[in-house]
Amino acid sequence: MTDTTPQKSVLKRVAAVPSLLGGAPQWVKVPLILLVLSFCVYLPFLNILPFAYIRTDLRPNGSDWSTVLFTIALYMIVAVGLNVVIGWAGLLDLGYVGFYAVGAYSIALFGSPASPVTKAIAAQFGLPEGWSMAFAACIPLAICIALIAGVILGAPTLRLRGDYLAIVTMGFGEIIRIVMRNSTWTGGPAGIIAVPEPPAADEDFFNTIDVHRWYWLALAVLVILIWLMRRLEHSRVGRAWLAIREDEDAAAVMGVNAFKYKLWAFAIGASLGAIAGLLFASKQAYVEPNGFQLNLSFLFVAMVVIGGSGNIWGALFGAFLITYLPERFREFESWRPLAFGVALVAIMVLRPQGLFPNRRRARELEDRKHEAEEAAADA
Amino acid sequence: MDFTNLIEGLAGFTVDGLTKGSIYALVALGYTLVYGVLRLINFAHSEVFMVGAWTVLGVYTAVGAHSGVGVWLAIGITLLAGLVAALVSAGTALVVERVAYRPLRNKNAPPLIVLITAIGCSLVLVEIFGHALRVFFGAPFGRSAVNIPTVVPTREVFTIGNFNMSNIDLIVILAAVGMMVALDLFVNKSRLGRGVRAVAQDPDTASLMGVNKNNVIMLVFIIGGVAAGLAALLHTMKYDFAKFDMGFLIGIKAFTAAVLGGIGNLRGALVGGLLLGVCEVYSSALISSNWEDVTAFVILVVVLMFRPTGILGESLGKARA
Amino acid sequence: MPEQTIPESTSVQDAPISDSEVLLTVDHVTLRFGGVVALNDVDFEIRTGEILGLIGPNGAGKTTCFNAMTGVYKPTSGSITFDGTQIAGSKPHQITALGIARTFQNIRLFPEMSALENVMVGCDARNKTSVLGALFRMYRIWGLPEEDLPRNPVRRALAKVIGVSRHEVEERRSRRKSWELLRFVGIADRADELSRNLPYGYQRRLEIARALATDPKLLCLDEPAAGFNPAEKEDLMGLIRRIRDRGLTVLLIEHDMRLVMGVTDRIVVLEFGSKIAEGAPAVVARDPKVIAAYLGEPDAA
Repeated sequence: MTDTTPQKSVLKRVAAVPSLLGGAPQWVKVPLILLVLSFCVYLPFLNILPFAYIRTDLRPNGSDWSTVLFTIALYMIVAVGLNVVIGWAGLLDLGYVGFYAVGAYSIALFGSPASPVTKAIAAQFGLPEGWSMAFAACIPLAICIALIAGVILGAPTLRLRGDYLAIVTMGFGEIIRIVMRNSTWTGGPAGIIAVPEPPAADEDFFNTIDVHRWYWLALAVLVILIWLMRRLEHSRVGRAWLAIREDEDAAAVMGVNAFKYKLWAFAIGASLGAIAGLLFASKQAYVEPNGFQLNLSFLFVAMVVIGGSGNIWGALFGAFLITYLPERFREFESWRPLAFGVALVAIMVLRPQGLFPNRRRARELEDRKHEAEEAAADA
Repeated sequence: MDFTNLIEGLAGFTVDGLTKGSIYALVALGYTLVYGVLRLINFAHSEVFMVGAWTVLGVYTAVGAHSGVGVWLAIGITLLAGLVAALVSAGTALVVERVAYRPLRNKNAPPLIVLITAIGCSLVLVEIFGHALRVFFGAPFGRSAVNIPTVVPTREVFTIGNFNMSNIDLIVILAAVGMMVALDLFVNKSRLGRGVRAVAQDPDTASLMGVNKNNVIMLVFIIGGVAAGLAALLHTMKYDFAKFDMGFLIGIKAFTAAVLGGIGNLRGALVGGLLLGVCEVYSSALISSNWEDVTAFVILVVVLMFRPTGILGESLGKARA
Repeated sequence: MPEQTIPESTSVQDAPISDSEVLLTVDHVTLRFGGVVALNDVDFEIRTGEILGLIGPNGAGKTTCFNAMTGVYKPTSGSITFDGTQIAGSKPHQITALGIARTFQNIRLFPEMSALENVMVGCDARNKTSVLGALFRMYRIWGLPEEDLPRNPVRRALAKVIGVSRHEVEERRSRRKSWELLRFVGIADRADELSRNLPYGYQRRLEIARALATDPKLLCLDEPAAGFNPAEKEDLMGLIRRIRDRGLTVLLIEHDMRLVMGVTDRIVVLEFGSKIAEGAPAVVARDPKVIAAYLGEPDAA
């Protein structure tokens, strides 16, 4: 690890905030989380100056604010998933877009009545015209397919050196896209239309106009996933990942089955990517192979790394920055990739640990204090 | 699977594959050398190649080259373009090393960070040619492919059966192989080459023995850049275009070639490059050119799974492969 | 190459291992790296409850022997039996599960983890919860002792109704055990510090605590006193004895003869990958071959 620069910069103090909050007592934490959450829910209608300046639709041709929020939430899900793979398990996955595509295509292939797969199934079993699988059934299906894809890709490759893994995963991402473009059963380059939206009591609840509802959906999924991933982080699984990253041989001698945990990291990352892809396809109502270019993979990696690899909040922040800034400053849109590249190099060179470095996971302070007192008393 | 197609045109496909493979091999050199010394996949190397292609275009434009010039003039212009492209590519590679990699090396950054920086550098270079230069200088820079004039027109050198060997294919293959042989001699025989091998084996001991590690690393980037520049020249002779993102696929394939032959191994780069080129052309003849790019990736995955050290084994350090 | 006592060792092998005291048997283990013979037909056993010293000059193959026993290397030939199970060639984590733990000659802690977390990684070797258990926490347990319940009164009351997940119980127990071990080796005062920031002596002790956390039957210490001053060495001898008193068997690699002589019950001496002597410390110390190995051949000098 590189040593941190000695300067006591503002950035550094800001970076310490999340971990300080992590140690805050329950009665501070819970209301704070609720406050932040309700603010997030309110965001689409944000209309109070000066906060409204963060909206992206202030100019006539600005992006739709709710759509931007939806994309941010979507990419945050991706970042949370990729953070498991890169940040926690230390495996550089450059083909994450492959899993995103798997999720998107899973729902498109099985959920859309227009897809060749549902048509084939319907013809095979004599089902009525326009039959397709229920949305609810597509979710576990997409996760399962992504898990299988993750294991198929991971099992042979996770024994490779880190940088080889990067290249192989990148190859995987490309293969998925090329297969989807060239196969007839995936709709070829034209893709698949009529991807279903989630079911709701009001049939027209998820539509193309009230995009904020999609945002709420993505937000809810995101919150649940963060909650689950934090459970993992603070368990033996998170410890095992960290131990493998720090010293794989020593971890093995301490009884950590490195391969198993790496494979799990890969599979979990894959399923989160698939969930994001599924949401994307459903909102878009349409998938096409060109939506899953390799650049997207680099974008995803950058989110995780810029924010501070290994820190869930850092990854969220990275996803926010990379999605939001280009939308807010659309007048410079064509400069976006260049600015992105320069920023990536600059951040890596100047601050290799990311904006919010991975703070050692501070456990519940009260518990700790208690134990420390106990230890002092016993000694 | 169209075997008759493959068999009938076998000689043509093979030469086509070897030509492609020669270019892969030259680009693979840069990957192999940098990896051998720094254990880094230099993602920006594909862009070094791309810069070379633009430089060739620049030289042709500057001297007003077109397809009608005489034989000697054509040779002169081509050699000049090759020289300038080699210099500019080497310079680009050096800049990347100085601006991005060296500071990280001094901070002893983990490999993951360096790799991501490399991706960032690659992106910056692509965008400079794909966007920034267009804003300042207008066409031909930008997102679309630009035609590069054919200075050396294609001629048939000899014919065997229904197969015609063109002068371009011959030049590309011979130039690439010649360059590889020269480089192999350089690394194995010269004093500087000995330094490269020493650093590849054990950087710390090498620097204790008086080898300047940073000089060796710069040398490696320069050699890789020169090879990429020449590869770019050969590429323009065969495919006559330049495009801002042309480096990406060639880069990936060249890296595959390097791994295939055994990364860190110079002769491996040649063998891997030629083999990959031939495999690709065969597979597109057998199935369809749509799947050509998949072939490279599948080969890469299979090689890494079953023989991660490549065909000739990995070693820049060892004297002979 | 030193002469081998082939007839003797063959007879040992032929004799049925009826001695229930034997915990680990290294049986004619040879390990080659290319042309180099790192271990040549090494043959010894460790008995339950003893402290066995493994000594020898630099490069004698002590650490290689360790690595073969803990699954880092696979012996070229020969077998290693631990507690009735053949372990040569098993994966390190499988061997840990069977009950062998080790420390490293050059300290290999997890530098970015706190001392406590380092030990908890060791504890996890005995924990059963895995990914799904940590994610969904569906495996509930009722009727636990008070100490395994949450401290928070509301949660404690709730736990009586909906039970406590196995994950939570294991976490709490692991943490308790880790504290206990940190106290046992005497470094609990800096449990929350990142292990890379700990002083050298603390790091050595932390490695021992981490190894103990895997609940081993056999603890292998690889030069635990390297870099210690005499007072610290004295402490360490006490610690090793206390570890034995906990019912563990200890295998100790050490250079410091005083420490080895002072703490071990038996000693095995290696030189150039072969065993040259074995026996009680006092006997081994007088063995001419051992003296020669350490001081050089008298007739060659």
